[in-house]
Amino acid sequence: MGARSHRSVTAVAAVGLASGLALAGCSSSSSKPSAGSSNSSAATSASGSASGSAPGGGTASGPALPDLSGKSIQVLAEWSGTEQQDFQKVIDAFTAKTHAKVSYQGAGDQTVTVLQSKIAGGGAPDVALIAAPGAITDLAKAGKLTPLSADVQSTIDANFDPGWKKLGTIDGKSYSIMFKAADKGTFWYNTAAFQQAGIQPPTDWAGFLKDCQALSDAGITPVSVGGADGWTLADWFQNVYLSQAGPDMYDKLSHHQIPWTDPSVKQALTTLGQLFGNDQFLAGGKSGALQTSFNDSVTNTFKTPPKAAMVFEGDFSSSVITSTTSAKLGTDAKFFPFPAAGSTANFVQGSGDAAVALNNNPATMAFIQYLASPEAGSIWAQAGGFLSPNKNVPASAYPDDITRAEAAQLTQAGPNFRFSLDDLSPAGFGGTKGAGEWGDLQYFLGHPTDVDGTAAKLEADAAKVTWS
Amino acid sequence: MDEPLSAAPAAGAAPAAGPPAPSAAGPVPHLYSPAGHGRSPLRIPVRVRAGFLIPAAVILAAIIIWPAVDSVWLSLHNHDGSKWVGLHNYKTMFTDSATLTALKNNVIWVVCAPTIACALGLMFALLAEKIRWSTAFKAVIFMPMAISFLAAGVIFELVYQQDPNQGVANAVAVGIHDTFAKSSQYPGARPRPNEGTAATGGSFNTVQTYQAGSVVTVPLVGIQAASLPGKAAQAAAPTAAPAPDQIEGTVWLDLIYGGGGKPGSIDPGKKGMPGISVKAVDVATGKSAGSASAHDDGTFTIKGLKPGDSYRLELPGSNFAQPYRGIQWLGPSLVTPAIIASYLWIWAGFAMVLIAAGLASIPRELQEAARVDGANERQIFWRVTVPLLAPVLLVVLVTQVINVLKVFDLVYVIAPGSTLPNANVLAVQMWNVSFGGGQDQGLGSAMGVFLYALVLPAMYFNIRRLRREKKEGGR
Repeated sequence: MGARSHRSVTAVAAVGLASGLALAGCSSSSSKPSAGSSNSSAATSASGSASGSAPGGGTASGPALPDLSGKSIQVLAEWSGTEQQDFQKVIDAFTAKTHAKVSYQGAGDQTVTVLQSKIAGGGAPDVALIAAPGAITDLAKAGKLTPLSADVQSTIDANFDPGWKKLGTIDGKSYSIMFKAADKGTFWYNTAAFQQAGIQPPTDWAGFLKDCQALSDAGITPVSVGGADGWTLADWFQNVYLSQAGPDMYDKLSHHQIPWTDPSVKQALTTLGQLFGNDQFLAGGKSGALQTSFNDSVTNTFKTPPKAAMVFEGDFSSSVITSTTSAKLGTDAKFFPFPAAGSTANFVQGSGDAAVALNNNPATMAFIQYLASPEAGSIWAQAGGFLSPNKNVPASAYPDDITRAEAAQLTQAGPNFRFSLDDLSPAGFGGTKGAGEWGDLQYFLGHPTDVDGTAAKLEADAAKVTWS
Repeated sequence: MDEPLSAAPAAGAAPAAGPPAPSAAGPVPHLYSPAGHGRSPLRIPVRVRAGFLIPAAVILAAIIIWPAVDSVWLSLHNHDGSKWVGLHNYKTMFTDSATLTALKNNVIWVVCAPTIACALGLMFALLAEKIRWSTAFKAVIFMPMAISFLAAGVIFELVYQQDPNQGVANAVAVGIHDTFAKSSQYPGARPRPNEGTAATGGSFNTVQTYQAGSVVTVPLVGIQAASLPGKAAQAAAPTAAPAPDQIEGTVWLDLIYGGGGKPGSIDPGKKGMPGISVKAVDVATGKSAGSASAHDDGTFTIKGLKPGDSYRLELPGSNFAQPYRGIQWLGPSLVTPAIIASYLWIWAGFAMVLIAAGLASIPRELQEAARVDGANERQIFWRVTVPLLAPVLLVVLVTQVINVLKVFDLVYVIAPGSTLPNANVLAVQMWNVSFGGGQDQGLGSAMGVFLYALVLPAMYFNIRRLRREKKEGGR
């Protein structure tokens, strides 16, 4: 899961802590850097009572793993708090099967930095789970990572759509496999508002705009956009671009092989401008949207009375809904897949933690092989706050319908899954508050007719940084 | 350290042995002797002196001098410190528009914040002298000092929220505004798009013209049925044949819960919009020829028109004006003043305490003498009190200038991402380019060095003042 979803959800937790002092859900500190991740503490509560079930998916069976008594491995990942506890259940199941000793270290948002310093210091872990594909590529090209063994690859082939294996392939060798994914193709809506306006969730962009008009006519503001945080706008743009220009163009743009002044970018901006340019469609209008944080945009949509009918952000929005509003997931709050603005179907823009091996020890490979199995995914899935791209993780492993639908969307995406472009970009372009892609799209939200100017700004900022 | 070494006692003596004996020359052991008195009367062995000095020197070198020198060194290198780039980073810094905005904001901060803090501090201090519960008053004003900047930032982020239900600043603004200007009855209501109306300045005009004696239907959308007044009744169609000098019609909310119904037709379940005013505008003269207010079932009758003339109907914007949404405190134009205000909330108390202490030390006789000589209060304040307070005011001012130059947390926490570029200051920009995404430690260091250079004059002033005070104290 990308660093940003952590930040945002951490902010939710912070709001919860501060609720004695502050009104819940009105902090817009979501893009503030904060170490640690209490991500699934909220997400787990989202999963309701089903989260208490015991680990060890009954239906899914793991791969045949060797006996590794006396062996020990170190695992580095970003998870802490509840997520760490849930991952520990996965580790415990592995230990029970193989008798290998596994020690886990959580490194929070700084996992890549910690990993790099550990490699430099000679104390590299055996397995690392990294949410930055760029860093994985760099490490693999520098020879720090070991390609996955044939056994691991056969497990991957059996359980994942080929697109997922391709994501982890660098220079023809398979280096990583995604274990935990975040789905940023979820468009959340207030079911009561849809009912009042008598509309159905849209399937494409035109239908989406039609629904917006219907909602607006019914006196309901259609969309709340969290424009104070630039990354939400980046996700808006990236979903439109991915569905409109297609995954191949998306790949080119994410490596800056085509300029941001490309007609495809302008077309996506124009499409987005159909929404951003209509003040009646945005809660608070353009200027109001620019002052709305991600957390507030979600809260706005599901509080009583709601200020908007729809809000777009990733699966992690559900934890904001449950922690800051009284709306019930699955009844009051549901999601539909991001309406495609073009011909690409089943696309998902998102992020995720991929497992990489730092050596070729049998225990290292066995652990990654285990992570790639449906069994490992099912264990965490039952605990909640987890989506697996593994197609053989049974739907019954997930605690509720919402999570099941998210997981289905994710596994079906396969070849059309793309990592968030801003996460793939150098941080100077895709990771700085108020600058680069985030800042330029905020400019666009304020000036939705200035497509050419925005594209030029984006290109100027992209030219400033070094792309991989 | 130019003391004669010969003053040391027996070289072999244990350095830590007992307190040094007072020298015969000086009556009292004096660690600091004012200039002119000559050599130190103490005979401390060099090793002892070094023993005391070295730890402090090492710590000072390790945590102050080395990082400072290293920053200068880094500022002359590229982003990861691997390549020498000379003054390139400084050039980049002064040509980058983000840095220039930050610099401009820093200037605003330095000019405004310390002076206003001082003025407020002076005001509070004078006030505290005159009132009965002055200690309690001072404690309250000083209290924000006990809050960390980060927490203060979070508090003010809430204060400045756009939504009047969340941000107290806008709650006040909206409250005041609504006391003087009543909000409209149907904010946001409008005709369906492309239904034969044109919007001008919030009002809606029918494109079609009507003759007196005809019937007009005006379906509106854009507000929720739940927000209609309770007296709104099922909409009724207007009378089929109005009098020849009248226009009759219905204004109704053309919506049914859950969709359904035919747009533009008065279906069961659609309600009238009582109270909406409708004007008939003479097409020939462009002047209003009559108006009416809709009944509970939405029907209205405009009377007194000339039979045969044609009229346009106008729904004045006052029916639909959106409610006042308050002030955009954190919008591009107000964000820096808003953050400065939060800074003042914290630091005015600090200034007040220092100035109050200064006030207490002013000899009252001077003020009384001036009063006896016939000076009025204003003259006493400007000619006696302020000049006597000048040294204290200067200290407060200089401390604030240093404080303000390095301001970071308030700006970083309060400004939303969308207006952070407008609120940027050098310290935030330094963090941004070196850690917050830019990962360019070279450029970041260059900014750090520049910021240091900006603080230097204030530091120089403070050091000179300290020296002078020492001299005065030693006299």
